[in-house]
Amino acid sequence: MAESYATDHAVSHPALQHHFENMEQQREAGALGMWVFLVTEIMFFGGMFLAYTLYRGKYPESFEVASNHLDIWLGAINTLVLICSSFTMALTVYCTQIGKQQLQIFFLVLTMIFGLSFLGIKAVEYKQKYDDNLIPGRLIPGHPFNPAIQEEGAPADHHKLHLIPGATVRNVELFYWIYFAMTGMHALHMIIGLGIMLVLLYFSIRGRYGPEYHNPIEISGLYWHFVDIVWIFLFPLLYLLGRHIAGHG
Amino acid sequence: MSEHIVSVRVYLAIFMALLLGTVLTAWVAFFNFPGPLNAVVALTIACIKAGLVILYFMHMRYSQRLIGVVFGAALFWLVIMFALTFSDYSTRAWLPIF
Repeated sequence: MAESYATDHAVSHPALQHHFENMEQQREAGALGMWVFLVTEIMFFGGMFLAYTLYRGKYPESFEVASNHLDIWLGAINTLVLICSSFTMALTVYCTQIGKQQLQIFFLVLTMIFGLSFLGIKAVEYKQKYDDNLIPGRLIPGHPFNPAIQEEGAPADHHKLHLIPGATVRNVELFYWIYFAMTGMHALHMIIGLGIMLVLLYFSIRGRYGPEYHNPIEISGLYWHFVDIVWIFLFPLLYLLGRHIAGHG
Repeated sequence: MSEHIVSVRVYLAIFMALLLGTVLTAWVAFFNFPGPLNAVVALTIACIKAGLVILYFMHMRYSQRLIGVVFGAALFWLVIMFALTFSDYSTRAWLPIF
C-alpha cells in the first residue's frame, strides 16, 4: 500500500501530518473526529430536550401560555437567518473545494454576518422578556418572577401573560428556565462558532485552504450546521406548539 | 474513495426546501389539528429539515459509512435516554409508594 501512495502528489502537501498516510486519510479522520464530538453534543442538548418534553407533558397549559408569549415573528425570522447562514457556510466549503479563494472569504464573512444577526435578534427577544419580568430566578435585580403574585393567584399582569385555566405563573417560570437554558446554550454555541470562523477567516486570507487541504473549513461547517439543526428543533418546540389554541397569544 | 463535491444546484435546492419548511411549519402551527397532531406535524417537518441538513449540507450522503454508524449510535442512545426516562415517569403513579 505504501508504495502506491508514494506517487500521490498529495503526500507532499505541507499540511499533511506525519501520522497520516495521505491527505485523503487525514481528511476522513478529521471528519470522523468531528462527528464523534457532535455525538456528545447531541447527547448534551438531548438532556435539555428531555427535560422540556417531560415538563411540557406535565404542565401543558402553562407551557402553552408561556409559548404563546414568545414572539413568533422574531423566532421565525431567526430561523430563516440561521438557515441562510448554513447555506452560505455550505457554499464556503464548496468554494474552498473548487479553489475560489475570494468567494470562499466572501461566503465566510456572509456566514458570520448572518450569525451575528441571529444573536442580535436573540438579544432583542431577551430584552423583551426582561421588560415583561420573565427572566426566571429570584436574584434578577428588580425583575423577579414575583412570588407574591403567584401565591395570590392574581392575574399576572406583572408578566403580561394571558393565563388560561390550569396554567400557573410558577410553571410558566419553569418554561422560561428551560427556554433560557436551551436558547442560551444554543447562543453560546453560536458565539463559539463565530470565534472559530474568525480564526478560519484569518487563515483563509492568508490562503491556507484550497482544494487539497480544507479540513478546518469542512469540520467547522459540520459544527455550524449542527447548531443550525438544534435551532430547527428549538423553534417549533419553544415557539409554535400551542399556537393553535385560540383566544390568547 | 475521493472527495465528492456537492454541486451548487443541490445546495440551492436544499436551501429552498429548508426555507419552505420553515414557512410551512410556522403556518400550520395555527391550524387546529385534532389531539396531539400539531406536535406530530411540527416535529415531522423539523425532522425532515434536520435530515436534509445532515444528508446534504453535512455531506452525510457522500461520506464514509462509518460516519453514518457514529451518527446512528447517537440517535440510538438518545432513544434509550428518552425511553427509560419516560418509562419511569409514566409508571410512577402505578404504585402507591410515593
